[in-house]
Amino acid sequence: MMERNTFYAFVKRLWRNKLAATGLCIVMLLCAIAAGAPIIAPYNCNAIDVKSILLPPSFQHICGTDELGRDVFSRMVYGSRISLAVGFVAVGISTILGTLIGAIAGYFGKWIDSFLMRCVDTMLCIPDIFLILTVIAFVGENVFNIMVVIGFTSWMGVARLVRAEFLTLKEREFVLAARAAGAGDARIIFIHILPNALGPVFVSAVLGVASAVLVESALSFLGLGVQPPDPSWGNILMQGKDNIETAWWLSVFPGCAILLTVLGYNMLGEGLQDILQPRLKNTR
Amino acid sequence: MLLYCLKRFIGMIPVFFGVTLLSFVIIQLAPGKPTDRLTELNPRITPEARARLEQYYGLDKPIIVQYGRWLSRIVRFDFGVSFSSDARPVIDKIWDRSVPFFDRRLTITFLINTLSLFLILAVAIPIGVLAAYRPYSLTDRITSVAVFIGFAAPKFWVALLLMMVFSVQLGWLPISGIKSLNYAMLTEPGQFFDRIRHLVLPVFVSACGGIAGMSRYMRSSMREALSHDYITTARAKGLSETAVLYRHALRNALLPLVTLLGLSVPGFFAGSVIFETIFGIPGMGQLSYQAIMMRDYPVIMGLLCITALLTMIGNLLADICYAYIDPRIRVK
Repeated sequence: MMERNTFYAFVKRLWRNKLAATGLCIVMLLCAIAAGAPIIAPYNCNAIDVKSILLPPSFQHICGTDELGRDVFSRMVYGSRISLAVGFVAVGISTILGTLIGAIAGYFGKWIDSFLMRCVDTMLCIPDIFLILTVIAFVGENVFNIMVVIGFTSWMGVARLVRAEFLTLKEREFVLAARAAGAGDARIIFIHILPNALGPVFVSAVLGVASAVLVESALSFLGLGVQPPDPSWGNILMQGKDNIETAWWLSVFPGCAILLTVLGYNMLGEGLQDILQPRLKNTR
Repeated sequence: MLLYCLKRFIGMIPVFFGVTLLSFVIIQLAPGKPTDRLTELNPRITPEARARLEQYYGLDKPIIVQYGRWLSRIVRFDFGVSFSSDARPVIDKIWDRSVPFFDRRLTITFLINTLSLFLILAVAIPIGVLAAYRPYSLTDRITSVAVFIGFAAPKFWVALLLMMVFSVQLGWLPISGIKSLNYAMLTEPGQFFDRIRHLVLPVFVSACGGIAGMSRYMRSSMREALSHDYITTARAKGLSETAVLYRHALRNALLPLVTLLGLSVPGFFAGSVIFETIFGIPGMGQLSYQAIMMRDYPVIMGLLCITALLTMIGNLLADICYAYIDPRIRVK
């Protein structure tokens, strides 16, 4: 595990990497917005105001108002909570599941490996959004289900990654040494090999948050995600589509928020990859 | 080569079983029984009739037998009848023989995705080559930023913005659908141009994410190819830069692209669900969205199986192409 000094060294390198530093700033900003939503939002995000329906951006409503007169900026601020929560929980599930499956497949090999990898191939054969939509339609659309379903349909990349790491790591001397010292399979997998494979897992988790945010917004946009009146960037965009001829602000601002979020996580992920796996840098 | 193809084909079989099993499990998850529509909604039904119906659909058999029967229907492309009011067989909805070839759902989706694939290759390969040839140059930096943004922008948002600018504000392109209302009255060239006008936005939207991904991939692949010794040799023997770049480096850099294309087939279908819904294009994606919203299980399952089958065929073709152009793969 990381010592205090190596952690400082890591933070230093992260700050020196422009890509990672910018990404981290964006991500921290979004976390701050989500955490301070009640203070930042100028209006109650669900307050209906019939006198100010579909107002263009102004000093009172900097991102305009929607078809029920609600302040779009306030809704976006609260929407950041949803996208943050969905991103982290979905990635938490998919990373744990993918790491476990990849570790088991890579460590034990033989028929277990072939079986688990065929499962991965099978899942990859089905278009992700289609599978997610289908399952959501069956289990019901609420934030909890969305997080779980996205998590359970996006573990395949991590599994392949961890498996590949395990295939090379399990041949190394320290594994042999651990086994000679009498360590069991579980101990070798979790205490000896896994910490050495965590770098790429961490990178793919950060990139995974970005794609989970994208999937959530697409689901909400299609009406199978976060349900109104709960605000989400995706469902504000859905209103934007309904009012495309009159209210451009409903389509533009939430999309920019999604773009910025995804950009932040992608930059952080790419930057981390440069820091954690410098040998890849020359070819990319 | 034939042995290799055969091996790949056999390798596909477990995945096919996996997909059908997964689809079957999802059907089982769905609330209610397929006979409910005939039994629960009919107040005059007798217990005997209900039992007869369940026997007819095989619901009284053990689950493994049900799976076997369902599978034997699937391989004959018999996905059952849609729950919607028209009650047509699922396969007829996807591949409707009563309408012209170019109006069938599968054709429309296939056409849009093929066109966007060509657009992706035509734009991404030159960008990738340019960026890799002069890494960290101004061109490389600009394209890198564009690629990052292209990656991060949600497809449906890009679609929305383009629709707002080109269809609503400027009025240059139609806002939705695959043909105009007066399509039947147009002349042949007019009909052709009408189709093209409707295809511009969907094709561009479905390509934009792919262009970002592919050009990035092309850049790294090209940089890798350019770092090899045979490039130094080619330069040392006095070949022109064009020959080095296109004949030696590009041809090798294109190899891994084939696999990537095979892997991106499900991504194309996933994209279709989104942009066909937004643009109101009557293709497979729109059908799947409608089926999901209506909880029309037979249609959903049929589409799930067909897209998975097409993906597997795409992967198989990619593998075979790869082995054909790169003999090293066949030996391994």
